[in-house]
Amino acid sequence: MSDTPLLEIRNLSIHFPSSRGTVHVVSDVSWSVRKGETLAILGESGSGKSVSTSAILDLIDAPPAVISQGEILYQGRDLLKTPKDERRKINGKNISMIFQDPLAALNPVYPIGWQIAETLRVHGVDRQTAHARVIDLLTRVGIDDPERRAKQYPHQFSGGQRQRIMIASAIALEPDLLIADEPTSALDVTVQAQVLALLKQLQAESGMGLVLITHDLSVVEKVADRVVVMQNGRIVETGDAAAIMAAPQHPYTRKLLDAMPGRHGFTPQLAVTSADRPLLEVEHVSRVYGVAPGKLKPGNTGGVRAVDDASFVLRSGETLGIVGESGSGKSTLARMLLGLEAPTSGTIRFDGHDLNGMSAAQTYTVRRRMQFVFQDPTASLNPRMTVGQIVSEPFAIHPDVLPRSEWRGRAIELLERVGLTADHIDRHPHQFSGGQRQRIAIARALALQPEVIVCDEAVSALDVSIQAQVIDLLKTLRRDFGLSYIFIAHDLALVRDFATSVIVMYRGQIVEQGLTTQIYTNPQHDYTKRLLAASGDHLSSAA
Amino acid sequence: MGGFIFKRSLQSVFSLIALIVLVFFLARLTGSPADLYLPQDASPEVRFQFNERLGFNDPLYVQFGRFLVGLLHFDMGESLQFSRPAVDVVLNAFPTTLMLAAITMPIVIILSVITGSLAAFRPGGVFDRLASFISLIGASTPNFWVAIVGVLVFAVTFRILPTSGTGTPLHWVLPVAVLTLRPTGVLVQVVRTSMITALSSAYVKTAKARGVGSRAIIFVHALRNGLLPVITVASDQAAGIVNGAVIVETVFGFPGIGKLMIDSVMLRDFAVIQAAVLVTALAVFIINILVDITYALVDPRIRYS
Repeated sequence: MSDTPLLEIRNLSIHFPSSRGTVHVVSDVSWSVRKGETLAILGESGSGKSVSTSAILDLIDAPPAVISQGEILYQGRDLLKTPKDERRKINGKNISMIFQDPLAALNPVYPIGWQIAETLRVHGVDRQTAHARVIDLLTRVGIDDPERRAKQYPHQFSGGQRQRIMIASAIALEPDLLIADEPTSALDVTVQAQVLALLKQLQAESGMGLVLITHDLSVVEKVADRVVVMQNGRIVETGDAAAIMAAPQHPYTRKLLDAMPGRHGFTPQLAVTSADRPLLEVEHVSRVYGVAPGKLKPGNTGGVRAVDDASFVLRSGETLGIVGESGSGKSTLARMLLGLEAPTSGTIRFDGHDLNGMSAAQTYTVRRRMQFVFQDPTASLNPRMTVGQIVSEPFAIHPDVLPRSEWRGRAIELLERVGLTADHIDRHPHQFSGGQRQRIAIARALALQPEVIVCDEAVSALDVSIQAQVIDLLKTLRRDFGLSYIFIAHDLALVRDFATSVIVMYRGQIVEQGLTTQIYTNPQHDYTKRLLAASGDHLSSAA
Repeated sequence: MGGFIFKRSLQSVFSLIALIVLVFFLARLTGSPADLYLPQDASPEVRFQFNERLGFNDPLYVQFGRFLVGLLHFDMGESLQFSRPAVDVVLNAFPTTLMLAAITMPIVIILSVITGSLAAFRPGGVFDRLASFISLIGASTPNFWVAIVGVLVFAVTFRILPTSGTGTPLHWVLPVAVLTLRPTGVLVQVVRTSMITALSSAYVKTAKARGVGSRAIIFVHALRNGLLPVITVASDQAAGIVNGAVIVETVFGFPGIGKLMIDSVMLRDFAVIQAAVLVTALAVFIINILVDITYALVDPRIRYS
């Protein structure tokens, strides 16, 4: 490591003029990164971490954005004073960048080999050399059969492979500095670990500097040398990664660390006993796409088995965590529990009644006792309804529950119950933050006093500190109303701190189930072990 | 792809049959040709003979049966106004219209793709405002008015272009120019909107981060992604012209299929109406197949099975 920084940002400020006054997105931010060093920029959404790094590559739209002060020094030269044409020559060659969602970041209509080669060609590499380099790069990032794969399109790859392709393109010209903007946030936990390992390995080989933008403390813990913590466009704390993780100075950093799921010692949630009443019984349920319901014959291998022979019981008062990666079938299972999809075979019983053999009237009653909260509160709340209308809509669907004159009063009670206030009732969803919107969705789910709430990745889209608040709310509701939850998540730490028992799903099958304590302290199945290992040591060791 | 074309053709056959039935009966609602072709004081005997000769005295279902049998031999009956087989009359007029569409559409597409893309590069900029303003005028000005003013200015006042008819390449200038105006106005807006979406995408941002230049970003990265809605609208416009650029062909005395159809409706020339509708319907069907194939060529994610 040399002493002169590779890239240095000095007193950078960026603001957007808006109708409601100027919005200061980045205020007086300074940091630097050296050769071979990994700097993590940590912050929650809206902290300005992405905007400040986008400025390095001239990727922010100015206007409307205004860079009001500061310098971005690359090898001693101020990029902000460099003509656009010359900055473009630096982009991709000296400094390159990868982004959060590799599917969106790759152009869908061109083969991936062509896209990597384009990076080489715009910086002066001829066609033949470029092709040979593409094959070499794909091999290096671990894409098998590169000659054939290079001709394929982004949609033909998995999420992890796409991010590898992005990385191949970013390191094609052996840049001095790689900026990675949430490179693993859209990926499954085992894939996350692989991508981070690949980045570290490439860094070790080339000695490039790495700037890692993330909201995920476990990523910081695993790979960063130094950390910059940002909040509301300002740097609140900066220093050695290990030191900050061990002894954070600023209250905000402490709050972030505190909110990190799995951070605290393992306090097992009170488990239920087999004496408790079974609420939901799932027996040999399968969902095979491409085969009509009831037509599934034993040994039939046709179709896609999204859920394969799943059986479990949810007892009254229990919180059942369902853990798995994308494509494991956990969401399909949830949709079947909610009756949004019919199982191809098997039965689901709610309080002794078969969900599928039910009349419309029976279904209507069961729906009242089983509610749901989805992942994206922005999408699951109707943007044209006021919060009051949203929360009291269940009363309109079940008119015998409450006379119309009492709707508003009950809606206010529900809002206060989830930590909102009475004056929120006439506002629309867009006037709330992500965490508040999810509270509204929870209030709606509570309206009919259900016995079970199915939460499908209900906190995954939220910032970590907000996540912790929502989980606390769910715990309080569990205690006060004796609610049972089905809690679907890909975040193991989160499930550990909330669920009483856990189901692990892999490729449509339940590979392991049991009490949370058992699963986390003594995992049996290989896949569970891999999952636990990938999500960090503190999970199993803290137990 | 072959299977897909076969399936689409099969589906279209049903639409074509429905269309044939509809046109056959609707045309006969306009009244009897005898009223138009015979003198007003023609005796009932003369009328009877006229109708007898053309088969109009038979019950409708017999006429329809005869029409269907003829159709199988590609014989669509005789034109009343030209006293020639209706198919010949239609096939004689159709190339002119096809030519008109074949010249107009490439001009429309090239003009609007370039204008729309450049407008989308800086939304709200001077070029964007100018392009939006002009394209709005183009999209909303009535064809017949522009056609007449065009004749007045270029043919009557300056005498640099012929007023009507065909013959020299100069005869094509005004009709093509008038036909271009409206589709271009509409398509510029479509290109602009879909290019703004494409240009704000993550892959464009990534291309910038990789050092790709502005021109390649617009015309290589964004354009191909923004093309799908453009193809949809452009094919609709092409079908509109192929169906008969009625006003333009009438104003400029252009012997295309649009003018032929209007004349035939006026003269109750049933055989020609039927033949013209069938031929244009076939053409529109072929355009739609070509569009589906183009979709798959532009976007690798679209595969037909």
